[in-house]
Amino acid sequence: MADLSINCAGIKSPNPYWLASAPPTNSGAQIQRAFDLGWGGAVWKTLGESIINVNSRFWALDYGPTRMMGLNNIELITARPWDTNLREIKQTKKKYPKNAVVVSLMIESKKESWQKAVKEINDTGCDGIELNFGCPHGMSERGMGAAVGQVPEYTKMITEWVKEVAEVPVLVKLTPNVTNPVVIARAAAAAKADGISLINTVNSIMGINLDTFSPFPSVDGKGSHGGYCGPAVKPIALNMVSACAVDKEVGIPISGIGGVSTWQDAVEFMLLGSTSVQVCTAVMHYGYRIVEDMIDGLSNWMDEKGYKKCTDFIGKALPNIKDWGDLNLNYKLVARINPDLCIGCELCHVAAWDGSHQCIDLEMGNGHRVPIINDPECVGCNLCMLVCPVDGCITMVEVPTGKKPMSWRQYQEALGKNPKCEPPGYIEH
Amino acid sequence: MIKNLAPKLSDAEYEKNFADINPPFAPHNAKVEANRCLFCFDAPCTRACPTHIDIPAFIKKIASGNMRGSAKDILDANILGMSCGRICPVDSLCEGACVYNERETEPIQIGRLQRYSIDWFYANWDTVKGRFKAGKPNGKKVACIGGGPASLSCTFYLAQLGYAVTIYDKNDKPGGLNTYGIARYKMSAEEALKEVELVKHVGVKFKQSCEVGKDVAVDKLVKENDAIFVGIGLGQTEDLGIPGEDLPGVVDAITFIDELKHNKLRDVKVGRRVAVIGAGNTSVDAATQAKRLGAEMVMVLYRRSEAEMPAYEYEYEIAKKDGCVYYFLTAPKRIVGKGVVEGIECIRMKLGKPDASGRPAPEPVPGSEFTLECDMVIKSLGQRKQRGFVEKTLGLKTDKKGRIAVDEVTMQASNPKFYAGGDCVNGGREVVNAVAHGKRAAWAIHKQITGEDVDLEGLWKEEKLRRVANTAKYQYA
Repeated sequence: MADLSINCAGIKSPNPYWLASAPPTNSGAQIQRAFDLGWGGAVWKTLGESIINVNSRFWALDYGPTRMMGLNNIELITARPWDTNLREIKQTKKKYPKNAVVVSLMIESKKESWQKAVKEINDTGCDGIELNFGCPHGMSERGMGAAVGQVPEYTKMITEWVKEVAEVPVLVKLTPNVTNPVVIARAAAAAKADGISLINTVNSIMGINLDTFSPFPSVDGKGSHGGYCGPAVKPIALNMVSACAVDKEVGIPISGIGGVSTWQDAVEFMLLGSTSVQVCTAVMHYGYRIVEDMIDGLSNWMDEKGYKKCTDFIGKALPNIKDWGDLNLNYKLVARINPDLCIGCELCHVAAWDGSHQCIDLEMGNGHRVPIINDPECVGCNLCMLVCPVDGCITMVEVPTGKKPMSWRQYQEALGKNPKCEPPGYIEH
Repeated sequence: MIKNLAPKLSDAEYEKNFADINPPFAPHNAKVEANRCLFCFDAPCTRACPTHIDIPAFIKKIASGNMRGSAKDILDANILGMSCGRICPVDSLCEGACVYNERETEPIQIGRLQRYSIDWFYANWDTVKGRFKAGKPNGKKVACIGGGPASLSCTFYLAQLGYAVTIYDKNDKPGGLNTYGIARYKMSAEEALKEVELVKHVGVKFKQSCEVGKDVAVDKLVKENDAIFVGIGLGQTEDLGIPGEDLPGVVDAITFIDELKHNKLRDVKVGRRVAVIGAGNTSVDAATQAKRLGAEMVMVLYRRSEAEMPAYEYEYEIAKKDGCVYYFLTAPKRIVGKGVVEGIECIRMKLGKPDASGRPAPEPVPGSEFTLECDMVIKSLGQRKQRGFVEKTLGLKTDKKGRIAVDEVTMQASNPKFYAGGDCVNGGREVVNAVAHGKRAAWAIHKQITGEDVDLEGLWKEEKLRRVANTAKYQYA
């Protein structure tokens, strides 16, 4: 059986699955139960300034019958006393020496305050500190959280304060609510952070009640933008993780976060350069027990692929993430419809006709409803396959062109040498 | 011999009539259904399953694409996961307990999802069988008498704990009723034998055509083994006890189903008009299959009314859809015919005061006799207990109903070296009940012999579920 243990920026855990700093890591009792059920690590719910929370706090985006595709919250950092948390961190670490216990911190932006806090955290025996520079609501208005994480200079400054006194690895947690998170990641790396974790939640308004005009979640008829997370944010997170992972100036380990619900999600984050992955929404939906399939599924997948340890595959998909300008313009696909599987809904036809390139015709009048691909018009866009309700009915087939691969960049270079050279690709009507 | 044989059907008709009654999911549909599962905590479906398969867990794994893990979850709890996925009365068990029923929504199709997972397992047999292994030999021996579901279950778990286990089975093929007694449109004998392969794979030895007490002495088994598990099922079908019972054309349901299972359908003889006596689940299997073989008329005779009928609702539905005609409050009086079955004389019944079983006792209505013309009579009155064999040959005590008397938890019989499970203990229930018995007995045998509790976490999902569900253990500040 594969070895699932990892070492993320000097923080070791028996598997890559950490609970993200959030309600599931609010107390020692919760985290201990999570460890008993298999979680490799936990990032404690952020400690720091004292706060008062509102009711209500969460709202979800349902999609059709699927509940909680996305979750939003306006809860703040821990509401429990600093000393209580410290006592439980110590106790939890003592009881679970092999699991990663990481303490998340958010302190007012003063050097003395940060360093005093970090020194106290050093004494808990925890395995690492995560700097919460990402929280987009409530704390940012008070000059903390995303207010720090949106400014590279502040990120660097506070990380340096922390690194001066921290005795354990320091992760900087990044907000996605910036134009380019790589810039912030570089600032963290420049301040000698040991690693980064991303993404924190995305600024969001979940919806409006059409009778009361109150946003969701509603606090006495009013609402505020909150942090969005869950399966819906995964693609955004994957992009940001891979962007940081390939950046040479960043160059530090990554703990990936954003909509991880299954072992497959986790593998995707890891293939794009995450060493550990952090999970919250899926646990808030189903409880800690989901980790059982996450461990089992990952282990089975690694066995099938012949990977002995996680480092055998971490980052393995990064070479396939390219700039658009490096993609092969001479690669041609066309759609194929299997008439035996087609159920005659004609969604592909209308999608192509109204939404893409008018390349799927109906054969009118002969009684059968299987649409027909007009090959010369097909641009190989995938849309028909994506809307088709039947698995395997529409497939995309490569059409050999006999042309050598050529990207836009290569074309531009070729043009420099010969302004009359043949353009790659195909003429679209 | 049968007076008027039903005309033979075309190959295409046989194929259609005996095709899988509940066909497997296509992958996309399995995924859609799996994602519909709410993943309940402390799930009612799991509690309702006698073997306590962690149902939400295996369904979640189908959804996440972890098919190996999904199949392992099922088989760890129930070695006959494939049979049970096809033949369990799910309406009365897992699917009946699904919380969706509470909001008038279709329950999750747990049986079909289980089948999907286990079909995948056997389709990938060569790469996945390694997940189950014989345990490190512990020098202990266990013999099983009878080769049906209870014994398969008991031996599968014991072999993984390191026991040398042998099944002594009087049939020529292993698997007991799973191989011989399930309607062909539900599961074929070849499929049942795949599960036997898995039991063989973990090192269980099978001695077929070996009748205990005749081909091998009980004393020898007792001397050579550390424990003995009895999973002998039930005996012959009960007699009707009426004149004409010996006429050619009278068969018992078990024999008829067995014949169907192991012969070309074209070669199985069935009458033009068939009377089936009794209205249990086996009766449905016999009646529907007679109809599907080409019988023009199948009449099911039952002495009580529809309300007291022991068959499951969905089984009755199959029979009705197949066009079987039910004669309720009808008892056979004698079978008539010159040297061969030509008809059955019946008498109308009415319901009286409750009898010992708690059901209203049927009483004949004087002068209400009538005769049904038929060419074949299938007896399906339930099977006899093997009291004589149990008491005389094995020396074990039985209860009032002739079932082997055991401790409900450990399945230990009156002789502490003996354990028993399955139909011979509960008088005839489902495969899943037999599997649960076998599993519990394996645990108790191990505990008796070694004094150790089994590694519950690895082998018994029940224990794991308790652990997961035990939120109260943790002190929340």
